[in-house]
Amino acid sequence: MIIRSTPDHPIRSSEITPEGVYHDRRTFIKEAGFAGIGLAATLAGARRASAQQGGTSIGGAELKGELTPEEDVTSYNNFYEFGTGKDDPKPNAKNFRTKPWSVKVEGMVAKPATYNLEDFLKPHKVEDRIYRHRCVEAWSMVIPWMGFPMADLVKRVQPLGSAKYIQFTTALDPQQMPGVRFPVLDWPYVEGLRLDEAMHPLTMMVVGVYGKMLPNQNGAPLRHIVPWKYGFKSCKSIVSIKFTDQMPATAWSVATPDEYGFYANVNPTVDHPRWSQARERRIGELRRRETLMFNGYTQVASLYSGMDLRKNF
Amino acid sequence: MAEALVPNAPGAARVDGSRARGFRPPGWLHAVVVVAALVPFAWVCWAFYSDLVNNTRLLTSEPIKEAEHFTGKWALRFLLACLAVTPLVRVARIGWLVKYRRTFGLLAFFYAVVHLGIYFGLDIELMWSNLVEDVAERLYITLGMLGLLLMVPLAVTSTKGWIRRLGNRRWNALHRLVYVSAVLGCVHFYMAVKRDVTEPLVFFAILGTSLGLRWHWSRSRG
Repeated sequence: MIIRSTPDHPIRSSEITPEGVYHDRRTFIKEAGFAGIGLAATLAGARRASAQQGGTSIGGAELKGELTPEEDVTSYNNFYEFGTGKDDPKPNAKNFRTKPWSVKVEGMVAKPATYNLEDFLKPHKVEDRIYRHRCVEAWSMVIPWMGFPMADLVKRVQPLGSAKYIQFTTALDPQQMPGVRFPVLDWPYVEGLRLDEAMHPLTMMVVGVYGKMLPNQNGAPLRHIVPWKYGFKSCKSIVSIKFTDQMPATAWSVATPDEYGFYANVNPTVDHPRWSQARERRIGELRRRETLMFNGYTQVASLYSGMDLRKNF
Repeated sequence: MAEALVPNAPGAARVDGSRARGFRPPGWLHAVVVVAALVPFAWVCWAFYSDLVNNTRLLTSEPIKEAEHFTGKWALRFLLACLAVTPLVRVARIGWLVKYRRTFGLLAFFYAVVHLGIYFGLDIELMWSNLVEDVAERLYITLGMLGLLLMVPLAVTSTKGWIRRLGNRRWNALHRLVYVSAVLGCVHFYMAVKRDVTEPLVFFAILGTSLGLRWHWSRSRG
């Protein structure tokens, strides 16, 4: 068992999934329902603005009532190594072997090492956090993750003073990953963060979702999450964590540099060339809602003070 | 609404009795084809309703997007089917298929209109500003919209009355717009896809074959 059972959790996993809560939401949608589509559509002006001033708390307890159903979280995935359709990863990753798993910590770090996953996770205390998750494709979810602050990991492995960035790499196994047989992206999938972004208390290493170990399609056994960035910024099924002084060449920014940048902060004022980012559709909801700056996590704004976010998209 | 309901259209197959193999499909076949062609539409309506009311996720977790893509692809399929009729008639000598060219063209138009309706009504929620921005700034939407608009006069003039009114020559010239529409439709699809362009390339291959044969025949006839 990779994840320790932690009776000392602030929120027990059984409490994370309030069936009734999202059931109520679906009921609401049902009532708004089919006959109401036309009506709903004509009410385009009356849009919901759920902006919380000053950002969302780290634990995200206030989002508990908005959880996206587990079925959507674990069946609607972008994980191109297992196919480009969003319903591909679940069936295609079914037999992906995550045991044994090793993670390499390398580059500008005092203690480079290859860990087996159990040893890698042992020193960290797993906690629950509910985060908004905004895909660059303009859909979003609210997801109860389990993991630990990335800052704890960084402190533990002691980066050298020269390290400015962390580069994450996803596993690459053509035997098990049917998607990588096609040159859709320049495999393996690489992502990266500035060191100060990685150290931000919101940034986390993730090992579970909805009170369970990460399902393969969600990036088992180890991924990271940066809730104020578009979803593609977080690397799934991580095999390497490299500290470097060079801005990592990240998978999507290499594939289509005019569409995806290194920063990829959620920003309603900077459109994707092919669609507006001003609004998003929360999975399970019929109507679009306003997209919030930094996905509502405005406390990270200081990381980018003085930067032109239109240029550094 | 293809280039010719009329047998002697330029570039069209010569459909005279001598080439047909004598098979005449039963009269009800046309009705069956039309009903079958509307099955995807019926399915997507039902699936959308079911997803909304019963959380079935038949159209994934994003039913609006999925329905939009689904109907768009069916529009293209029928458009390609429409353009495949002439080469099929000529190569496989199935003369009676000519009758289906208009049917496929109108079905393509129908699915394209539903596709546009889902995009405008449900996806961007009737926001005119969003529509204008999309058409003005996003090339794939500009081209897709143009392709659809070009189909309007073709659908309108697809009746026998209009062929008579316009005369064969003018009618045929007008209906060559279907080639432009099909190319625009396929480009629209190609550009709309995020990264995996396998499916649009298949559409292009079919379109290319169908247009390539016409080009080849028009040259070799000279």
